[in-house]
Amino acid sequence: MPKLTVDGIEVEVPAGATVMQACEAAGKEIPRFCYHERLSIAGNCRMCLVEMEKAPKPIASCAMPATDNMVIKTDTPVVQKARKGVMEFLLINHPLDCPICDQGGECDLQDQAMAYGRDGSRFHENKRAVPDKNFGPLIKTFMNRCIHCTRCVRFISEVAGAPDLGATGRGEHMEIGTFIEKAVSSELSGNIIDLCPVGALTSKPYAYAARSWELRKTESVDVLDAVGANIRVDVRGGEVMRVLPRLNEDINEEWLADKSRYSVDGLKKRRLDKPYVRKNGKLVAVEWPEALGAVAHKLTQTAPHKIAALAGDLVDAESTFALKQLFTSLGVTSFDCRIDGAAIGGGARAGYLFNTSIAGIEQADVVLLIGSNPRWEAPLLNARLRKRYLTGALTVASVGPQVDLTYGVEDLGNDPQVLDSLLEGTHPFAEVLRGAKNPMVIVGMGALTRADGGANLAAARGIAEAYGMISDGWNGFNVLNTAAGRVGALDLDFLPQPGGRNLAGILAGAASGDVEIVFLLGADLADTSALKNAFVIYQGHHGDSGAAVADVILPGAAYTEKDGTYVNLEGRAQRAQRATFPVGDARDDWKILRALSALIGKTLPFDNLGELRALLAQTAPSFAAVGQVTQAAWGPFGAAGALSTAPYAYAISDYYRTDPISRASETMAKCSALFVQGRQPDDLLERVGTYG
Amino acid sequence: MLRDQDRIFTNLYGTQDFGLAGAQARGDWDNTKALLEKGREWIIDETKKSGLRGRGGAGFSTGMKWSFMPKASDRPHYLVVNADEGEPGTCKDREIMRHDPHKLIEGCLIASFAIGAKACYIYIRGEFWLEGNNLERAIDEAYAAGLVGKNACGSGWDFEIYVHRGAGAYICGEETALIESLEGRKGQPRLKPPFPAGAGLYGLPTTVNNVESIAVVPTILRRGAEWFAGLGRPNNTGTKLFCISGHVNNPCTVEEEMGIPLKDLLDKHCGGVRGGWDNLLAVIPGGSSVPVLPKSICDTVLMDFDSLRAERSGLGTAAVIVMDQSTDIVKAIARLSKFYMHESCGQCTPCREGTGWMWRVMERMVKGQADIGEIDMLEEVSRQIEGHTICALGDAAAWPVQGLIRHFRPEMERRILERKSVPAQAAE
Repeated sequence: MPKLTVDGIEVEVPAGATVMQACEAAGKEIPRFCYHERLSIAGNCRMCLVEMEKAPKPIASCAMPATDNMVIKTDTPVVQKARKGVMEFLLINHPLDCPICDQGGECDLQDQAMAYGRDGSRFHENKRAVPDKNFGPLIKTFMNRCIHCTRCVRFISEVAGAPDLGATGRGEHMEIGTFIEKAVSSELSGNIIDLCPVGALTSKPYAYAARSWELRKTESVDVLDAVGANIRVDVRGGEVMRVLPRLNEDINEEWLADKSRYSVDGLKKRRLDKPYVRKNGKLVAVEWPEALGAVAHKLTQTAPHKIAALAGDLVDAESTFALKQLFTSLGVTSFDCRIDGAAIGGGARAGYLFNTSIAGIEQADVVLLIGSNPRWEAPLLNARLRKRYLTGALTVASVGPQVDLTYGVEDLGNDPQVLDSLLEGTHPFAEVLRGAKNPMVIVGMGALTRADGGANLAAARGIAEAYGMISDGWNGFNVLNTAAGRVGALDLDFLPQPGGRNLAGILAGAASGDVEIVFLLGADLADTSALKNAFVIYQGHHGDSGAAVADVILPGAAYTEKDGTYVNLEGRAQRAQRATFPVGDARDDWKILRALSALIGKTLPFDNLGELRALLAQTAPSFAAVGQVTQAAWGPFGAAGALSTAPYAYAISDYYRTDPISRASETMAKCSALFVQGRQPDDLLERVGTYG
Repeated sequence: MLRDQDRIFTNLYGTQDFGLAGAQARGDWDNTKALLEKGREWIIDETKKSGLRGRGGAGFSTGMKWSFMPKASDRPHYLVVNADEGEPGTCKDREIMRHDPHKLIEGCLIASFAIGAKACYIYIRGEFWLEGNNLERAIDEAYAAGLVGKNACGSGWDFEIYVHRGAGAYICGEETALIESLEGRKGQPRLKPPFPAGAGLYGLPTTVNNVESIAVVPTILRRGAEWFAGLGRPNNTGTKLFCISGHVNNPCTVEEEMGIPLKDLLDKHCGGVRGGWDNLLAVIPGGSSVPVLPKSICDTVLMDFDSLRAERSGLGTAAVIVMDQSTDIVKAIARLSKFYMHESCGQCTPCREGTGWMWRVMERMVKGQADIGEIDMLEEVSRQIEGHTICALGDAAAWPVQGLIRHFRPEMERRILERKSVPAQAAE
């Protein structure tokens, strides 16, 4: 614990801390551009210079380790002069086009120029001009503005694990780029926009759309995967302009995956903004009373065992709860929230959670992936795995198709029988698992949505138990959920009740006529052909596959438009907040169900969100502790059965198009064309800079 | 003047065989085993006692540098020899490698032994094709004779030596950039601390020394630290290779005693300044990065680290660039500014942005196309670069300009006023 003096204040900092951290501990703010606490230290911007006693010249505080008895001065004429000098150098070749720059208002260079900039320029030469680069459909570049801090280079190579960016050229000809012009191919690429301290890297879809001070900022959570990244939704008027990450050390640190960041244009397209009722085979826009009346009439006229309800991937816990309450009061027993057919739920809660927790990954030393591609199923979780990998002594092995996970993975083949030999202890990898201190197994939806999904789950459970992954203080069994609403719905037991049907049963029943009404709460099934004969009610926000087969459409709210609770894959309940209002006549989902219940005469026992949430917390304890993870008790789950020999296929075949929102997004369509299908979308062909 | 028997580099001009036989005839590789048997401590102590200061430019005590290496360590250590001689005006290391490579190789063995390194990398400037070939041939000879390799010189010390050719970047002569380049990366200086002695090549303890510093060590050990310390002046001991170029009658590289008066050096070895001493305008005494000295200082100044430092210049690599009255001094310095702009690695802000700015202003100064006030601005810009960068290239770029303004400000002002006095059209 070195003790040092900063501007006369004595501070003690942890060993290994830098002078900059010591200055911050003393309450001194040190300006910086290149330094970022989650990236390696570059020390190249020279903005953080401070004076150290006995040193002949000012030192870069970000790079200098704090040692005992240092005497640091952060506000002397020497320091001021050094910083002013650096600021002048940064600005001489900077275009100073703040009025048209998207970074304007939230630009580090702008802010610090207020403190250290000159009032006029002494630079009478021509400014440097650098051709802009094409970084793909997500990132817009203005290379003239670049101050060469290399944060983007370091992020892409260190955190994202895609060595796409680098610096070419020397001296004032140094340029940041992709060497050969190409799109930055990482699911985390958007973060370099946040990292860029100037406006050199900005969001392409958001380009020239708004000024930062016009935006209303709402703190919320992301629902486009099950990680539950903390986000900030920026809204102007009624329009979501952009989504940015919010700091949460336990989940997303300060990163955000590209789908979560860039799908927001999908919130403006293909929206259900009016209730619809199918008349003579055609959906006709109607008013709310008619639509709700039609639903109420149908529900009261049908026997409960002929009614079924499915909850989709993006639904909030409040509406799931309301639907289950309402239908249970009608006597309905056929519920299911696993619209991909995953064999989870019904057993102990630990059987469908990511028990190790995301932050817990940093304690693991051996990771076994079963039918899971975390890079696409949960990019932020994958970034944690990579972070752990980079600290050394982590072995990752995978049973499933080979993909680049951005870290070294031992390929155990793509044969489910490997699980059997691991259970028997005959597989060579068994030795590694036996020697591990904190081993983890991660089961993906690729292994659980198969016919033998239950057996896969049981096998994974067996492996976890056989190799000591379950102990006091450590639970190495993990299911990698991909749907944001899934864990919440499972916590609320949105599953077949005694005598009820599951997804397969509902679909079979709908096809045969045994099930007459299917209520789809935001459930967009991959295959809706079985629902043709049933009376389908779709409540949701996008005109996707569910709405196409619906007989009545009840327009609901998307995640940015309602106050909702989502339980992430760790079992952590988090609140999304309303950033804007639902489009057109659409309403909050729980309110629609509450209104419907009144029409049916089974009025739900709550009149406002507070009452609803109080009931929710009583029903499942996970909703009582918002933001917390409570360790789930170990218990039985999984199903006996033999593993098939069919190889695994990953649950996500196209990262950029997994749900109604991203499927409606033009930006995601471009990404999908470029990164998944390997096609150059038309506007990528428009060259920039030297390409004329 | 240095006596012939005190010369270390007796084949500086290639009059004899550079190979092993010739080197042994000159006394190299003479019972090296005995030197090694005296132990690491002895070698480092002798080198410290000799007062040998690093010959690469900074003038840091070589023995002291070696003593920073961890003493007891189970990790590999490395010796890296900086043969990336790129400082404009400097041509001493290439003479050593071309004509006396065995001095360097023997020095590598002794220095490596002293710092506990089993491997030595010689990073040689890529343009030195012939020098590299000679060096490699000499290394092959040394291997064949059992002087290096397993059980080098029968001492029981296993020692490997490698030559790595650079690709033409001046910045790779900076020790940490050199290490980066040696590791296969873009040559950019690293942040210090950690210093190479703690974490250098491949993150392991490393000492980086100049060719000349290493090559003189065997002779120092053979003849004794007292002999070397007896030459020159206190704290500036021994002999030194001086490379004199420019407006002298006989440009040459010559070994001389430290502290020789500049005038003596030019008169005795170079046949004097072209057109006589009075025709001298200025001298850059230590390679392009040190401030220029006007004739008035050159009259009396001694050629060693401390004397030149006292005149606010430096010995640097002892590359003496002589300029007579025919020189356009502003243009000469502007050319150096262009060099530093071109060779800046671009990593850190002051050097990346400042060197280009200085060069552009200097180009205008050459023509007098500036305001008088811009001279002060130029000086200030150079001060904003100096001392604020990761490596010394920022300083190296700033000093020539500062030297020019310090000593030749009237000339710069004259050009500006002259241009201002001429009507615009006539000036074109």
